[in-house]
Amino acid sequence: MKWGKYTPYLLLIPTFLIIGIFIYWPAVNSFSLSFFKTAPFGQKKIFVGLQNYIDLFTNQTYWNAAKVTLIYVASTVVSVIILGYLIAQLLDNKIFGVKIYRTIIFVPYAISFAIGGALWVFMLNPVAGHINYFLSQITGKNINWLNQTPYALISIIVASIWKMLPFSIIFYLAGLQSISESIIDSSIIDGANTWQRMWRIKFPILSPITFYLVIMNITHSMFESFGIIDIMTKGGPLGSTTTLIYKLYQDAFFFQKTSMAATESVILFIIMSFITFLYFRFGEKKVHYQ
Amino acid sequence: MKISSRKRLNYFLIEICLIAVSLAMFLPFILAISMSFMGPTEVYSYPPKFLPSSLNFQNYLDALKLVPLGKMLWNSLIVATFITLGKLITGTLAAFAFSSFRFKGKNILFSTLFITLFLPAETVMILPLFMIMSKFGWVNTYWALIIPFTASATNTFLFRQHFMSIPQTLEDAAKIDGATPMQYFFRILIPLSGPMIAGASIINFVYAWNMYLWPLIVTMDDRMKTAQIGVKMLISAESTNNWGVIMAGTLMVAIPTLIIFFLLQDLFVKSLVSSGLKE
Repeated sequence: MKWGKYTPYLLLIPTFLIIGIFIYWPAVNSFSLSFFKTAPFGQKKIFVGLQNYIDLFTNQTYWNAAKVTLIYVASTVVSVIILGYLIAQLLDNKIFGVKIYRTIIFVPYAISFAIGGALWVFMLNPVAGHINYFLSQITGKNINWLNQTPYALISIIVASIWKMLPFSIIFYLAGLQSISESIIDSSIIDGANTWQRMWRIKFPILSPITFYLVIMNITHSMFESFGIIDIMTKGGPLGSTTTLIYKLYQDAFFFQKTSMAATESVILFIIMSFITFLYFRFGEKKVHYQ
Repeated sequence: MKISSRKRLNYFLIEICLIAVSLAMFLPFILAISMSFMGPTEVYSYPPKFLPSSLNFQNYLDALKLVPLGKMLWNSLIVATFITLGKLITGTLAAFAFSSFRFKGKNILFSTLFITLFLPAETVMILPLFMIMSKFGWVNTYWALIIPFTASATNTFLFRQHFMSIPQTLEDAAKIDGATPMQYFFRILIPLSGPMIAGASIINFVYAWNMYLWPLIVTMDDRMKTAQIGVKMLISAESTNNWGVIMAGTLMVAIPTLIIFFLLQDLFVKSLVSSGLKE
């Protein structure tokens, strides 16, 4: 039986109009802009081929931003995966008050990265903040968290882990609760202890979730990090917390380096496409739900 | 006997761990709430205080005066509401096309949409997107804050997955009864998708409420900015270091999504998980 021939196309118009104008068109624009040099004043554009890419890759600050991004993304994602898995195990017990713990632990998920950043700026404040007070009580040291070089990045990483952790916990908990009782029971009969069950049985079963979480957390920390960095350190001190997305923002809207920023967009786009490709190449295949 | 006492010890240890984790996750909120009621001298008291001496709402009033936070909260409400509505409309329509029809180019269109799944356009393409907005004359307007985000692959896939779980016999019956596609859509698909629509609304609303980078660059006039940007302005405002006021403002911006989360937690979590794990 056939319904209207043109109906599906009409139904798709709104979605494709939006993604066409606001995703595909800017993507094409970025790409073409990255081959031109634009004069700071006026509309003059000169075709320069790959010169923008060469400039970018020979630029020390860009490599520095890449290094910061790598450290930041790797440390947040690894922490969030491991801690998320462990905390989900705790929440998977039928224990007194578990619903309340669950609610409390999930709360940072509901707020934005910017608000999360604001809360941490306060706690890390050298004068009014509580963290320095306890630190100085214990060690006698007073650290200026957000203005000193290794500490600023450490602060951003800790705050991001705190903000991103609930996301992983939510997914792991849902995964754990969907593992069938019989698998667990038979592993108990086989004499597996809790630790073995956790890593040799449950973890492999949940590998598709882990894969999904790694991808999602990479995108979160690559892009959403903008909010938390802008609030906490503004990329400083000395560029030590300037990630690729923060650098893109600075070049585009602070220094007005239009073609440089477009080139950086294209590189981020390529990184994201690669991650998406990995997801569909390896993620979808591995899925084995019960 | 031995096993049960060991089990009890285990449960006790788990309980302790959970209390510790909950405290660590919630402590920033507790401190912010108590700080938001403290006057400037109390905020800087040494050793730092954990509880305010009285419930004084002055900081909340001051935060509203320091930056136009009231207007910004209103802007966020408008923006988040319309983004949510837009995503629901475009998402359900497109999902209906992909779930119930066979048509030429279906696979290509589907892949075209699929590619954008992990692509946060508002960050990656921020500069060209901004240039498009200038071209449209949309900078500093609600249009720029809303329209680019009214369609998404995630919503389309979420609804498609749900529509495909609705028995085919219903569709066949509707066709035999001579229903038009839109009659089937409005009378059968949509009413059967209540919880899915509710869940998607929550997730989309929270997402839109929490947007940061795009509102930051596409609005110049303070009265067009959203509440998230208000938090940034509070922190960098002149009279700062008045942490009581900053925390009061921050909490006001956080409260709407926190309320949604506390009231609708189960639905929220369930839809989040189902939007992530497509089968």
